[in-house]
Amino acid sequence: MSGTHATTPEPSYLVDTGTRTGVLAWLTTTDHKRIGLLYLYSMMTFFFVGVGIGLVMRLVQLTTFQKLITAQTYNALFTVHGVIMIFLFVVPGLPAIFGNFFLPILIGAKDVSFPRLNLASWYFFIAGAILAVLSLFTGGGAPDTGWTFYAPFSLKTGTNVSLAVFAAFVLGFSSMLTGINFITTIHRMRAPGMHWFRMPLMCWALYSTAWIQLLATPIVAITLLLVILERFFGIGIFDPAKGGDPLLYQHLFWIYSHPAVYIMILPAMGAISEILPTFAKRPIFGYKAIAFSSMSIAGVGSLVWAHHMFTSGMSGMALMIFSLLTMVVAVPSAIKVFNWVSTLYKGSIDFQPPLLFALTFIFLFCIGGLTGVMQGALAINVHIHDTYFIVGHFHYVMFGGTGMALFAALLYWFPKMFGKMYSKKAIYASWFPMFIGFNMLYFGMMILGMMGMPRRYYVHLPQFHTMHVIATVGSWLLVLGLVIFFATLLYATFKGEKAEDNPWGGVTLEWTIPSPPPLENFDVIPTITRGPYHFEQEEHR
Amino acid sequence: MNDTLHSHEAPIEHPGYGTFIGVWLLLLLLTGCLVGLSHVSQTYAVWGLMTLTPLKAGLVFYYFMHLKYEGPVFKVVVLVTLGTLLIFFALLFSDVAFR
Repeated sequence: MSGTHATTPEPSYLVDTGTRTGVLAWLTTTDHKRIGLLYLYSMMTFFFVGVGIGLVMRLVQLTTFQKLITAQTYNALFTVHGVIMIFLFVVPGLPAIFGNFFLPILIGAKDVSFPRLNLASWYFFIAGAILAVLSLFTGGGAPDTGWTFYAPFSLKTGTNVSLAVFAAFVLGFSSMLTGINFITTIHRMRAPGMHWFRMPLMCWALYSTAWIQLLATPIVAITLLLVILERFFGIGIFDPAKGGDPLLYQHLFWIYSHPAVYIMILPAMGAISEILPTFAKRPIFGYKAIAFSSMSIAGVGSLVWAHHMFTSGMSGMALMIFSLLTMVVAVPSAIKVFNWVSTLYKGSIDFQPPLLFALTFIFLFCIGGLTGVMQGALAINVHIHDTYFIVGHFHYVMFGGTGMALFAALLYWFPKMFGKMYSKKAIYASWFPMFIGFNMLYFGMMILGMMGMPRRYYVHLPQFHTMHVIATVGSWLLVLGLVIFFATLLYATFKGEKAEDNPWGGVTLEWTIPSPPPLENFDVIPTITRGPYHFEQEEHR
Repeated sequence: MNDTLHSHEAPIEHPGYGTFIGVWLLLLLLTGCLVGLSHVSQTYAVWGLMTLTPLKAGLVFYYFMHLKYEGPVFKVVVLVTLGTLLIFFALLFSDVAFR
């Protein structure tokens, strides 16, 4: 790659250089990096609200706090926890934050294809979030359906389901517009010489994700509109009393919501594929296999939705087909894991906080993924459906997978984004309670599920109490770890030491520009002459 | 090294009003067929919807949305999208048709 440093340093993107300054400059920015940070700040706020709600739900399982909230409030809390965490944090998480910030830089571009549309996406996101919050306090109060809004209950309940699903509809637009932007950017804005197989793997992950965002999101958007129409006009699409089919709702909902799992996890896998070579100081093992596995996860992952419905009463033929497809989707995921481990093998390991969290991701994601394959088997699924096992499993995937990868990505790119370095000791200190608490909480849930504890229950039978106590104590440790983690990063943002341009010895394009990056990233668009992970040449230098 | 979406150099021949009116009349005819089929029986209605509706959508894509005059990348993108939809339908029928 040709050199990209400016002879006279340009001001960083954090400095207001336009006609507007302060908050107004941020709210009207079309710079992809600033928009990435807008997403980061808003999502972290929602994340901590979601964490707080989760903490309260755990407390209720202790005898002392059983009367803290009513059963109806508990129903509202698990719905709101799901809606916030899924729609406002995990789904948009990595693509919106790191995709926006780093995709143009990784492909050697000055911005995304449609910068104004990019800002519009953020406004759709915030509008959807405001509507979701409003739905808690208006109409009949917070929805009590769970984040899945299953018909016919969502059609009958007096709570404010209509506004909540409309919020999800608006959030869907944010996701679709981001998807369109990323696909166009990758097709049209790659630097000269950056062939498809010279793109960093994060770009492949974002590209696969963008396709899912574009193809699957409209389906749930229309489905949610149908729920609103059915609630207001009684059109009878999903209500069996009017000749509708409630299973059709489940199908349409999961046609989006299962691929949404891959919207969540694919960019996480992309980030891990960036982190591992940097800290193993060697090229990624099986570049093309990882790139194609991203595309096959996006493809096959879109065809497995009905494994969420194995006990719903759908046909035996569909059960067999979806069970088989569920097993198949494990293959590309496993390809990634094997390639990551092979990348580390005989690498020159530089053990730093981002690597620690990346390895944590692999460990926790493997537990989440393998328990997912278990549930693809019909007989096991019938036994554990709608139990705490499911809750434990998807938290391993969503939080242990996407969450930990988001933390790893944040640690990896933080010096580049803010030009500051955090205290590594404090990050290590946060990892211990986080890791131990996480496993106490969610492995505890999986054991509870195997014992027969149903999910979404306000109270539990005495035989489940010990495990509930262990899981709740785990939640405290987890929150302690999270507080230390984010306090460390927040402190570093203001008082951290100045970071070097390339503190980790990375070789992708973002490490060739200053920290924090200048407004237009590159003075001169780089010409790419080789693949993204050439550590041999770095060592040689 | 970017993909070429469509060439701006070559002048694109646009169809005249006659083509648009002809396609519109064909769409009206197909809609009439669909309405007629729905009065025969439910089976006919479903088969009509599954065959004639995609044909109508195709005509709209091809002429009114100018797909006919676009480059191969756009055509592939639309085909991928429609192909995905078709697979979704097939998988849905694996439930509905065997319940």
